[in-house]
Amino acid sequence: MSTTASNTSRSRGKAPGGERVADWADGRLGIYTLAKSNMRKIFPDHWSFMLGEVCLYSFLIIILTGVYLTLFFHPSMNEVQYHGSYVPLQGQLMSEAFNSTLHISFDVRGGLLIRQIHHWAAVVFIAGMFVHMMRVFFTGAFRKPREVNWLFGFLLFVLGMFTGFTGYSLPDDLLSGTGVRFMEGAILSVPIVGTYISFFLFGGEFPGGDFVARFYSIHILLLPGIMLGLVVGHLILVFYHKHTQFAGPGKTNNNVVGMPLLPVYMAKAGGFFFLVFGVIAFVAAIAQINPIWAIGPYRPDQVSTGAQPDWYMGMAEGLIRAMPGWEINLWGHTLVLGVFIPLVLFGVILVAIAAYPFIEAWVTGDKREHHILDRPRNAPTRTAFGVAWLTVYFVMLIGGGNDLFATHFHLSINAVTWFVRISYFVGPVIAFIVTKRICLGLQRRDKDKVLHGRETGTIKRLPHGEFIEVHEPLSQEQLHTLTAHDQYKPLQLGPAVDENGVERKVRATQKVRAKLSEAYFGEESQIAKPSVEEYKEITSGHGHH
Amino acid sequence: MSSQDIPEENLPAQQGHAHGAVDVADEKNPFADPGLPPHEHRIQDIDEEAAKRSERTVALLFTVSMLATIGFIVSYVAVPHDRSIYVFPIGHVSALNFALGVTLGLALFCIGAGAVHWARTLMSDVEVADERHPIEASPELRAKVHEDFRQGAKESALGRRKLIRNTMLGALTLVPLSGVMLLRDLGPLPGTSLRHTMWSKGKLLVNMNTNEPLRPEDVAVGSLTFAKPEGLEEHDEDFQKEIAKAALMIVRLQPENIKDKRELEWSHEGIVAYSKICTHVGCPISLYEQQTHHVLCPCHQSTFDLSDGARVIFGPAGHALPQLRIGVNDEGYLEALGDFEEPVGPAFWERG
Repeated sequence: MSTTASNTSRSRGKAPGGERVADWADGRLGIYTLAKSNMRKIFPDHWSFMLGEVCLYSFLIIILTGVYLTLFFHPSMNEVQYHGSYVPLQGQLMSEAFNSTLHISFDVRGGLLIRQIHHWAAVVFIAGMFVHMMRVFFTGAFRKPREVNWLFGFLLFVLGMFTGFTGYSLPDDLLSGTGVRFMEGAILSVPIVGTYISFFLFGGEFPGGDFVARFYSIHILLLPGIMLGLVVGHLILVFYHKHTQFAGPGKTNNNVVGMPLLPVYMAKAGGFFFLVFGVIAFVAAIAQINPIWAIGPYRPDQVSTGAQPDWYMGMAEGLIRAMPGWEINLWGHTLVLGVFIPLVLFGVILVAIAAYPFIEAWVTGDKREHHILDRPRNAPTRTAFGVAWLTVYFVMLIGGGNDLFATHFHLSINAVTWFVRISYFVGPVIAFIVTKRICLGLQRRDKDKVLHGRETGTIKRLPHGEFIEVHEPLSQEQLHTLTAHDQYKPLQLGPAVDENGVERKVRATQKVRAKLSEAYFGEESQIAKPSVEEYKEITSGHGHH
Repeated sequence: MSSQDIPEENLPAQQGHAHGAVDVADEKNPFADPGLPPHEHRIQDIDEEAAKRSERTVALLFTVSMLATIGFIVSYVAVPHDRSIYVFPIGHVSALNFALGVTLGLALFCIGAGAVHWARTLMSDVEVADERHPIEASPELRAKVHEDFRQGAKESALGRRKLIRNTMLGALTLVPLSGVMLLRDLGPLPGTSLRHTMWSKGKLLVNMNTNEPLRPEDVAVGSLTFAKPEGLEEHDEDFQKEIAKAALMIVRLQPENIKDKRELEWSHEGIVAYSKICTHVGCPISLYEQQTHHVLCPCHQSTFDLSDGARVIFGPAGHALPQLRIGVNDEGYLEALGDFEEPVGPAFWERG
């Protein structure tokens, strides 16, 4: 709408209703200033940028369905007799929590659907965060200025795991009770304070009559409250930093190229919420999740085989299954290393990935802002570290399902466990080396493409009988994209003596840093990208080499 | 983490100096940024007929969504909640859950698909570049903020009036202690409660399934029997807590097969009673291999040899299962001859 048009409409009478509401709000909330920088904000397009959206939307779905579930769920461990419509359990003693979950599943119309959407969305939420984190990690999107947002995201991932855990413990069914017992055993292994923490958490001896009510307030209020704050902070920072983008023609570190929030991303992102919700609702319609009625209410002396936690606790489960049962008894005390070491490792493995951006920033010494994403191949050491980390993670997921692997593939449980124990140490090393080689190979291929062009698949026979493949030079867009990445030089410690022949003091941290820097950016760790001279020399005269 | 000591030349050349399409490709630098490629029109941009088709597709998707919502309401009212139907290939499912889920899923998905199709085909897809600005404040602003802060700090006199500062810090440090104190009543102190179970001398071993006291002849060779102490009933208030410690498994071995001397002494005619609670993290053990006398915890696969003092032969458990000393009373029933001599279940710091 042009200014003249709006002026004429103004002169004829009052402004349209929407405008008047906006004016009213602006006078009180300053929305025009906010809208100026955000309404037409540019977002770049790439399929991998959608992963974070999956997380955001599944989080919203979890909140919506979770509120509905609280209307029917009774977070109480009082014992009642079941009289609902699920025949096999009728007359059985169970906690009110389990009773009300059965009520939701069988007697509230649509209750089972909402319960299944809630659970499926939680599984998708955490899987989405995992993959989103991998995207951010492997493309180096965590670099300055986004380190804080990386930590926000990491906290969301960890809190999401614990919210999930407390959530599936609430129905007080046999499977979840077994998981809670596992957690209690892990807490008991903590030296000195473990027994006290367990007694304070459960209000006495396990299982007591309190934990469902306590987990309930943690699950629906404490953790989601913190997470909601973190999600808002995460999004504000995404807007404030502006989204990262991949290198390409016209895309620099000082701009962001894409389409505006209004209307394109409003429609795309808003629509995507409905797509995610729709798919999860559909999955909840056809795929059963956590059928709590199948094995009944929790009894500490009963268990079923093949007990598995939700997937995101599989790593912890694997650590605890693979660890040998070491125990040290000294001076009347027991150090339960067989359980405590897995508990510590669980934290260490997670913190390693959280701390990585700061370690890399220290090694590179780079304090500049980075808005252009790395292709994983162009940061071989980082990529290799990430794959090694994933290897540990997935080896432990296998460990967490060692019984299932044994029964489904007809293997010995002992063999599977030993495989996991050995792979925990060997796997990441192999993965690191292999990944680095692959990255370097891909860098060489990129270099080859830049210098010699694209393989066309056309075979030409030269007059003297030689066959050659015709290579087609790349366009300038492609040349720029393939050579736009940064390459660091390894840090040099300098000569051991200064100009006066006096020995220079080099701090130990500096030596470590130089070593790491060499490992990251030495000749073994990156292929020098083609220079303009090389390119000109090859392309100028004799065509083929 | 200072990086001042990293020489500038180790960092890659200044990034992003090429701004938009400033760096025109030339003889000098074939790798230079050619700038944003020209916009390519979609069929909908040039052909109004195609745009109309897109419009109709979007409208159709939104209409399907409306119909699906009506379908949801109809299913909610019409489908009985206990009806089960066969759906290929997933098998028998709750009809109501299936109908509600599919209609809700469709209603939501079509809104999303419509919006995305609208954005992709009809909204402008011209790529625009937005400038970024460094996040760091300018040196002037930085100096100004620091100066303001110094001014404020000076006016508060916090640095000068040490008495105020120190007492305030003291008060603020102490006040959270009230909160910590309030947590004390979350639970009782452990004391020695983890060392004791309901078992004591003379308590009969009651079959968990039949709720009848066990006689030696009830325990067949090769079978695994679960038992609880007499007087513990399912509707007791403490049932869960007590059974979590007192659950017992009973097997009959040939006395000559028992390798452990103490185990033999504490058994009765080859009948041995062990805690059912795994010493790893407390799962109930439930799998018995009668040929080898091994029991396996299904949670984490700790394996114990019941013919050899229930020592750990595989898996993550750290110590043997505690054995309960049993005998037979005058009436011929199996009874406990005392409590477990060591704590049952997972190990803990005070276990010793």
